[in-house]
Amino acid sequence: MTPEEQKAFEDRIYAYVGVKVCERTAAKDAVNPAMIRHWAEAMGDTNPAYTDETWAANSRRGKTIAPPAMMYAWNQEGFTVTRGRASDPQTDMVELFNEYGFTGVLGTNVTQEYFKEVSPGDTLYLEMEIDSISERKATARGIGYFFETLATFSDQNGEKVGTQRFRVLKFIPQEQPTAATGDDKLEVPTRIPSPRGHDNGWWWQAVDEGKLLIQRCKRCQVLRHPPRPMCGECQSLEWDSIESGMEGEVISYTCLRHPAIPGYPKDPVCAVIKLAEGTNLVANIVGCDYDDVFIGMKLKGRIEQVDEKTTLPQFYPA
Amino acid sequence: MSEYTTLNYADVHVGDKLPELAIDITTGLIVGGAMATRDYEPVHHDKSAAQATGLPDVFMNILTSQGLMSRFVTDWSGPEAVIRKLDLKLGAPNLPGMVMTISGEVTDKDDSSGQVSIAVVGENNIWGMHMQGTVTIALPQEA
Ligand SMILES: [Zn+2]
Repeated sequence: MTPEEQKAFEDRIYAYVGVKVCERTAAKDAVNPAMIRHWAEAMGDTNPAYTDETWAANSRRGKTIAPPAMMYAWNQEGFTVTRGRASDPQTDMVELFNEYGFTGVLGTNVTQEYFKEVSPGDTLYLEMEIDSISERKATARGIGYFFETLATFSDQNGEKVGTQRFRVLKFIPQEQPTAATGDDKLEVPTRIPSPRGHDNGWWWQAVDEGKLLIQRCKRCQVLRHPPRPMCGECQSLEWDSIESGMEGEVISYTCLRHPAIPGYPKDPVCAVIKLAEGTNLVANIVGCDYDDVFIGMKLKGRIEQVDEKTTLPQFYPA
Repeated sequence: MSEYTTLNYADVHVGDKLPELAIDITTGLIVGGAMATRDYEPVHHDKSAAQATGLPDVFMNILTSQGLMSRFVTDWSGPEAVIRKLDLKLGAPNLPGMVMTISGEVTDKDDSSGQVSIAVVGENNIWGMHMQGTVTIALPQEA
């Protein structure tokens, strides 16, 4: 787009600021217990203020209310949307963005404020306008513009019930989305693979086979971990290994809270564990809360498959 | 009055953590949530429409995310709490097979209005942050 073309485009786009998307219109249905109950069932929301008339009659409010988060639901167009949306100034504006290559769409923020609770029998009225359009921005998704719609809700007496601001990014996609096919599985992240080199690959191989091994010097019999080629005591390069009974105790521990790493459990407990055989091992403690872990705590380990690709020693309270 | 209790403003403190809520994201929840909020956009009930946008399956609509966020807070606060504001930043979509864990923490109290702000995060186990924001509620102030 040349600067002149951009100017021409922006003149057309910014003309939508302040334009009404819809005049004040009544919802097709008054607030009613059936739709409230359907909502509460789907959300798993057992709040008696929404669905328990007996409870509500004795509550501060004296009657049931509609869930505030349902505010926008009452005025939705409904089933006809499956056949496409009727055109209005907002769809026209979106078309204009599309025409100029800003085909990407991403809802980024939605803010609802509530001024008044509504109850069965009330009717919600919606009016909406295009409140603002940002200047041209370079975003992580691509070049684009943010636009914000402002929906205002009122009741049958004209009293203001709430507002909703919805912020949407229209952008030029850096790559066209390719339609996903048939039975694409979700890409489930797995843990970072263990680095397996000449000197330690054998140890991880044993873990894969369900065994926790400890390297032992063939000459002086001293155990060592992590695996390495030479004995620190006698400098011998000859070694073999023993299998650990996976009993141990906590020497030190921490909880990895930040950053959350895809493929890992939330807030994993990482510990230095002294094995009964004498060497130390870094591994996760599972099966108890972080707050219950203490230094000196006795542990019993198991080799477990923790995701599709990863097998690890995991330690539980003994 | 009943088995339902509501927190008092004085009993809530900045730093209080809300009990976590883990929600299995199923096709039933996505479609059921969309219908219950009267959102018939095909991407929320028709897998092929969702796939045309590049996602592998139907995804949760915003009104359901708002509903789950409000439920998460009132499950903790009790039914006499009055929701004043739901402010959400939207992240990665919720798709069938994921688990979204919602957590929250009290971040602010305003004595004059009796309002409490709660920072809420809903993270799914596959793509991370699905929603993040602040819920503001008013709690009863008398003992
Ligand atoms: Zn040695």
